[in-house]
Amino acid sequence: MDDVISVSHGSNGSAAAATSEVFVVELAEYSGPLDLLLTLIRDEQIDIYDIPIARIAEQFLGRISSLKLDEAADYLEMAARLVRIKAQMLLPRREGEDLWEDPRAELVRRLLEYQQVREVVDVLERRSEDRRGRFARAYTQQAALIAVSRPLTISLPELLSAVDRVLRLAKKPHVHDVVPRALDVDGAIGIVRALLAIRAHAQWKDILPRKAEPWEVLSLLLALLELAKRGELRLTQPRAFAAFEITRDSSSEAA
Amino acid sequence: MTPLAKLLEAALFASAAPVPVDALSLMASHADDGETTLDAALDELKAHYDNEGHGVELVEVAGGWQILTRPEYTEAIERAQLAARPQRLSAAALETLAIIAYRQPIGRAEIEEIRGVGAGAILKSLHERGLIDIVGRGEGLGRPLLYGTTPSFLEQFALRHLEELPRADELAIALRAPRPATPTSPVAAATGNGEAPARAD
Repeated sequence: MDDVISVSHGSNGSAAAATSEVFVVELAEYSGPLDLLLTLIRDEQIDIYDIPIARIAEQFLGRISSLKLDEAADYLEMAARLVRIKAQMLLPRREGEDLWEDPRAELVRRLLEYQQVREVVDVLERRSEDRRGRFARAYTQQAALIAVSRPLTISLPELLSAVDRVLRLAKKPHVHDVVPRALDVDGAIGIVRALLAIRAHAQWKDILPRKAEPWEVLSLLLALLELAKRGELRLTQPRAFAAFEITRDSSSEAA
Repeated sequence: MTPLAKLLEAALFASAAPVPVDALSLMASHADDGETTLDAALDELKAHYDNEGHGVELVEVAGGWQILTRPEYTEAIERAQLAARPQRLSAAALETLAIIAYRQPIGRAEIEEIRGVGAGAILKSLHERGLIDIVGRGEGLGRPLLYGTTPSFLEQFALRHLEELPRADELAIALRAPRPATPTSPVAAATGNGEAPARAD
């Protein structure tokens, strides 16, 4: 396809193919599609005023194929532009037609303009590098940077004393003493069994000691439920919130 | 040193940012140091730092003057964690800055057209770093924000004024013909922006 377009360097066809295979580039290197395009043109030593669009478009597409999708949009737009120019170049034009406008003209203009931006960037880079090597007085925002820019160097005693300081500064938390009062379900089971051994029927208040502690109430309740589950007794309640009846289970007695 | 040179030294020492020439000449007029002019006093102070072996020097930057440490001590200062070099800007950020510096006031769309890449995030971070500012709104759809460079840009790129950037015709490739409303030369851009206070000379 190259023969359709006038290539100023006739000999670089195969050489270009070789270089483009060897040449592996991180895409983060390019600051944009124009940067990539300029790099290609420089690498191939192409005359910027006479770009072999077909070849460049192909190489451009090759390079961007490994782009991440979110970065690709701007590159794809350029790729589409290249392909369109390539198509325009292929259109036949009459001999001696003076008014033919090179479809590459706009691209060349943009490339030159971008090239100029790159030149200014070089100037800015040199100058900022020079300025970075000098400090003015007391930039507070730079002081903040220091903390993160280097690893912390601190000795163990320094660290420990710092920890100590922080701990002493910290408010003492209010501590509640929680006295463990384990429920005595087994003991309560013993009491209920002993009672039921004497009587077939009993009531809640019969097994509950006077002035019972909450843990005793809970233990007895759990004991009753446990024994009911095991089938040693039955619990009946005539209505809601009424005192319940405890009855020895005769069927378990038989067993 | 003359009394005025000493006064200027104290003033420059007290300020973290470059002291504008206007402020210095105001000080000089109040100082009433007979013969000595501001320029002479600045020259004297500069020569004092240069000739008598000082660790700092007097630098003209961003339309003013500033005392800066000499480059040979940068590493030692950084090692002692007294100051840290600011981070380098990415190539994309520098390109955007270069375009704004030459074409200001300029809108985002025009920047994106020149670079061929979206510029939103970069503009935001340049703005956060104080290198560019919104200087107005353009004509046309949506009245787009127009950006320009700040005095801090001049300071961080060691520029006395925007004219110090290479002129368009000094670059290897000439810039395209300017559009009617947009100045191409940094000179025009600077005056248009009210940027870079003019020096007395």
